[in-house]
Amino acid sequence: MADEKRIDAATGTEIKHHEWDGIQELDTPLPRWWLWTFYATILFAIGYMIAYPAWPLIDRATGGVLGWSSRGTLEKELAARERQIAPVRQAIAATPITALPGQRQLMQQAIEGGRAAFRVHCVQCHGSGAAGSKGYPNLNDDDWLWGGDLATIEKTITDGVRNPDHAATRQSQMPAFGKDQLLSAAQVDDVVAHVRVISGQDKASAASRRGATVFADNCAVCHGPAGKGNRTVGAPNLTDAIWLYGGDRETIHETVWNSRHGVMPRWDDKLDKATIRMLAAYVHSLGGGEAAPAARADAGH
Amino acid sequence: MLMAGAGALYEKRKGVYPKAVDGFYRRLKWAVMAVTLAVYWGTPWLRWDRGPYAPDQAVLVDLAHRRFYMFALEIWPHEFYYVAGLLVMAGVGLFLVTSAVGRAWCGYACPQTVWTDLYQHVERFIDGDRNAQMRLAKAPWGVAKIGRRLFKWAVWLAIAFITGGAWIFYFADAPTLQAQFWSGTAAPVAYATVAVLTATTFVLGGFMREQVCIYMCPWPRIQTAMLDEKSLIVTYKEWRGEKRGSLKKAEAHPGTFGDCIDCNQCVAVCPTGIDIREGPQIGCITCALCIDACDKVMAQVGRPRGLIDYCTQEDAEAEQKGRAPRPVLKTLLRPRTMAYFAVWAGIGAAMLFALGARTRIDISAQQDRNPIFVRLSDGAIRNAYTVKLRNMETRPRAMEIGVEGLKGAALWTDAGSREAARATLRTTVPADSVAKLRVFLVQPAGGTARQDFRFTVRGLDSEGGGDSEPARFERP
Repeated sequence: MADEKRIDAATGTEIKHHEWDGIQELDTPLPRWWLWTFYATILFAIGYMIAYPAWPLIDRATGGVLGWSSRGTLEKELAARERQIAPVRQAIAATPITALPGQRQLMQQAIEGGRAAFRVHCVQCHGSGAAGSKGYPNLNDDDWLWGGDLATIEKTITDGVRNPDHAATRQSQMPAFGKDQLLSAAQVDDVVAHVRVISGQDKASAASRRGATVFADNCAVCHGPAGKGNRTVGAPNLTDAIWLYGGDRETIHETVWNSRHGVMPRWDDKLDKATIRMLAAYVHSLGGGEAAPAARADAGH
Repeated sequence: MLMAGAGALYEKRKGVYPKAVDGFYRRLKWAVMAVTLAVYWGTPWLRWDRGPYAPDQAVLVDLAHRRFYMFALEIWPHEFYYVAGLLVMAGVGLFLVTSAVGRAWCGYACPQTVWTDLYQHVERFIDGDRNAQMRLAKAPWGVAKIGRRLFKWAVWLAIAFITGGAWIFYFADAPTLQAQFWSGTAAPVAYATVAVLTATTFVLGGFMREQVCIYMCPWPRIQTAMLDEKSLIVTYKEWRGEKRGSLKKAEAHPGTFGDCIDCNQCVAVCPTGIDIREGPQIGCITCALCIDACDKVMAQVGRPRGLIDYCTQEDAEAEQKGRAPRPVLKTLLRPRTMAYFAVWAGIGAAMLFALGARTRIDISAQQDRNPIFVRLSDGAIRNAYTVKLRNMETRPRAMEIGVEGLKGAALWTDAGSREAARATLRTTVPADSVAKLRVFLVQPAGGTARQDFRFTVRGLDSEGGGDSEPARFERP
């Protein structure tokens, strides 16, 4: 029975030799087009294995004669993108930062470029929203240690703050009044009370009145007689609502006792001129940016 | 193999060579064809002045700029429900037409019908009428046949090309695109679209014809649910026609034969190749050409017209029993058609109302989430928002942004500074576009952690109008 060929009358196709509950199967051959497509895919696969990375080896895969790699594709795309934005970067590098706002489109491009660069280089300290944290300034607000106009921001980014071994860096030294015994413990307490009063957090007291004298003798040289700060030496305004380290009694006491020496790295040795300029434009655009000092003086008159 | 057996699932197409016919319905079809083709080819070339800031094409689907223009109407992407509403109306409209007058869409206005009809006229012009066409189909391939075929296909292809070619003009400025098309500077998608539509028109109109209606189109199948005994369909009145017999036989045996003289004219003129005397069937697109043909024959043999006629099944039964058929108006105005009409008109009225009431100004605001608020040196709290102003008029408009429900709030944009902050903000939004502003909002210290308020906008020109958008102010 096994070698007996049975042909289905209706279709002329051979019937296979198995049977389940009376159901039999026709041995219909594959359609010719299907078969040829199948052979073609095999040929294609062989060619593909030769041309492209295919066989896994111990630490890599076979390279393929075309030398294609996904990393190479990415590099090409990045290079193409760089070429595309190169004219913009050149234009930004060639434009003094004070002239940028006059060129609205270039300024917008600088802000967007700065937004991207900020995410890579600045968010580690200043936070992804540039809102800072204790010891790291919030760049959104209108309180600036060194100044909030475009040129000043650019200078701060370029040279950093207290960057070691860099002459041009922003420098200021607040003495550690308590630790180095420049003031007695009682004097420190008094001056803290005074700072709490001039920042509008406490009412005047006997201690704060004593502290006012201490302040005038020791602090006013940098922070000003009224405690409004001095941007040329980076001395913060002590009368406003913004505190870099905190405005409560304990934190102010700690600041006066030990002093604070926050550091921001210089960036001119890591980033090119255009990137720094774009970062400055971005930081300026966050909402606290100021007009240039000359313009501010004019507006004041 | 499937075609081999007796119960084959595949039936080879039988050639359909419809004969030319004249009559009321044929002339109606001519008129409908002229109107539909004129509308299709002419519409993109109609102009409509919208001023200097918008295209002057009356009907334009501007996909590149995401606008849809239709005469005085301009539709933005967010108003796409108008287009959806139009499509729903078209759908309900088909139901309405079908329940009232049967497959009138299929028989007269469907592009497949119109272009097939056009192609068949070309075919008759080149190959001759039905009999000549049949002879030519059977004839062996020779110089004459090849010549005729090539000529016919060339004309078909030319019609297909201008058909596919006209389509793209709905999507760009027609005169500009035409110049670009011929100079080879049009977008590749334009050429691809023309190529595809030329090919489909050529194949569907020239070769597939009635097979599209019978096998491909879902609509005839939906018809079965839409048609009822009160729908107008093309009906062969078999009680009058049967038993069929030639004039000679009828004269020889009076009283034995019906009105149908079995001349086969109704079959000869049918563009889908069916025999209407077999009763209502899916192949009948109710083009009514068989009515024309039969009426002509009835007139010649001196019998009353209407052996094949537009007739509802109910009327057919009434007529058979000798009762008078219902008046046409009563057939058309019945609960079912009224219900469809009510839905159709309701949607239309709602859309017209919405169109009349729609504002051409829109504001949306998105709050900065990082940081959600900023404390300023004087203790005031600042929030920032991305505010989008939409000006849907085709001219620039001055607008004023304000704040509702937030006491003492002042606004400024990233172009200004806090010194310039005011309770309202003015800006000019370019014609037909969206202006994106970064808006800073400052409020004196104090208050709850979250406060809901509304951004408002109003037009400063004579047209006025405005919009508001809920927003939230966050504090420490």
